[in-house]
Amino acid sequence: MTVLTGTDRATRANDAEPVTRRQINWGRVAAWTALVVLLIVTIFPFYWMLRTSLSNNRSLAAEAGSFLPADFTLGAFRRVLGLATTQEALAEGGSGASVNFWLYLRNSIIVATVVTVGQVFFCAMAAYSFARLRWPGRDRVFFVFLTALMVPPIFTTLPNFILIRDLGLLNTFAGIVLPTLLMTPFAIFFLRQFFLGLSREIEEAAMIDGAGHVRIFFRLIIPMSSAPITTLAILTYINAWNDYMWPLLVGQDESVRVLTVALGVFRSQTPQGSPDWAGLMAATLIAALPIVVLFAVLGRRVVNSIGFSAGK
Amino acid sequence: MSADTVSGKIASGRAAGQRGRYGDLRIALAFLIPSATGFVVFYLWPTLRGFYLSLTDSTLLGEASFIGFDNFERLANDPLFWNSLRVTMLYVVINIGVQTVVALGMAVLLHRLTTSVAIRGLVLLPYLVANVIVALVWFWVLDYQLGIVNQLIDWLGLGRIPFFGSENWAIPTIALINVWRHMGYTALLIFAGLQMIPKYVYEASAIDGASEWRTFWSVTLPLLRPIMALVLVLTVIGSFQIFDTVAVTTSGGPVNATRVIYFYIFELAFERFDFGYAAAMSVVLFLILGGVAIAQLKMLRAGESDLS
Repeated sequence: MTVLTGTDRATRANDAEPVTRRQINWGRVAAWTALVVLLIVTIFPFYWMLRTSLSNNRSLAAEAGSFLPADFTLGAFRRVLGLATTQEALAEGGSGASVNFWLYLRNSIIVATVVTVGQVFFCAMAAYSFARLRWPGRDRVFFVFLTALMVPPIFTTLPNFILIRDLGLLNTFAGIVLPTLLMTPFAIFFLRQFFLGLSREIEEAAMIDGAGHVRIFFRLIIPMSSAPITTLAILTYINAWNDYMWPLLVGQDESVRVLTVALGVFRSQTPQGSPDWAGLMAATLIAALPIVVLFAVLGRRVVNSIGFSAGK
Repeated sequence: MSADTVSGKIASGRAAGQRGRYGDLRIALAFLIPSATGFVVFYLWPTLRGFYLSLTDSTLLGEASFIGFDNFERLANDPLFWNSLRVTMLYVVINIGVQTVVALGMAVLLHRLTTSVAIRGLVLLPYLVANVIVALVWFWVLDYQLGIVNQLIDWLGLGRIPFFGSENWAIPTIALINVWRHMGYTALLIFAGLQMIPKYVYEASAIDGASEWRTFWSVTLPLLRPIMALVLVLTVIGSFQIFDTVAVTTSGGPVNATRVIYFYIFELAFERFDFGYAAAMSVVLFLILGGVAIAQLKMLRAGESDLS
């Protein structure tokens, strides 16, 4: 860089920008425009969800092109949350049928929480075994576990459905959570990568102090890996929350129906001619809310975890 | 890093020596029991059973009997199966083609313009929302009568488009909806790859007077090849398994235009209870995905030489 002479070239080198000032500006404007367009495309459906959910369903047709809520009302949210009377709901174009939103929300929370706690804990144990313990055949067993990643989910879904049915677990929480409660190959792989990177010295020091593996696992490995464990927990929670096909198959019953399945049912029950779009959008918005909140709180970690899955 | 690994190996070698031939076998097995149970009961056993089911006429209800390869013969002569393969391929090509290009552009823009984690978070948002929600929102946005997109098209004086109702539009529409859902995620994967390209490469390119465009084609893209290969490995197989969006929006219609293979298997198994036949079809899907995976891994290895 010291070889360069003249302010123009020096500036260029410092900015690592290869073209002249004038062109940089135009190029930058074009680049920013492209990025802003992409961001608008990303965000717009969410805005539209909000706008529709705050509209009066009866007025949507008349003001279909308006970017503000048509005849602003919280009626759709009241309908979804079961706060509106049948008359109120019918007046705003709802079906008047009762929606058990709180029940579905509770079911989703139960399923996602149980799956997350179980899967992360049991997979951490397995990952510890694969990463930090020495035993014959270890890498071969790990490889066999990993090959399960190759099996398309639908392939195991059919026999698993029969299994869950034969166990008499259809329409129970156990039936919904069991297949992912104990392990997924990805979770073991994810944690093993981190455990491999931990230094041996601390572990050996603990051993010299007389700590066994159980103690090392709980007192050393888990606290040292709180960041990747949290990341995995968030990813697992999101996946469990968003899952559709499996709970659709084994959890049709009202008492264990989760939000995604309920939304599907809601959609198929709305009349083809004039669906309650405002109500539907209010429901999707509330169903998406927990993930959005989780993301707002822990977003940086999730974003960075994407980098991990590509980088390693 | 390498020194650490070496000392780790020496240390663990010593530890293993002290603990004898079986090392930590007992404690290792104890730690493995829950996940090994999960693996055997919900992955290994169903996989074997799936292969067996494909050779039976199981209907979910009564006793099933072994019928050999009859299901596969029937499959070869099932026009709906071939149609579902064609539709799935069409979906994968549109979805992956558009998604890769858009995500690459998005990643480069993010990389060159901003370091904001907030913006990176924003592009990830669609990926975090359930497929069902994504499908419902776009079903509304693209509604023929009241959807805002058709309002705009109408306002521009063009003819309204029956996005979900037309045989020609349905699959591209569903493919693009899932591009929307995944483009931010894919962009962040590529973005991570971009960050691994050392700064001095760009500086050298700048000193040589290369334009931004030239730098992208001659420097960025070649160095990104391994990460692009990895991204394709991650996205293509997932793309074959499109189900939720179809199930919520078109249910395979109009006619059979969106009856993708995953949805067809689901229908056969759980609506027509043709379980053995559905299992046979999922065996074929398994083989196809295995083939795709092997081809992609080869590609990935071919790409590795560029990164060093």
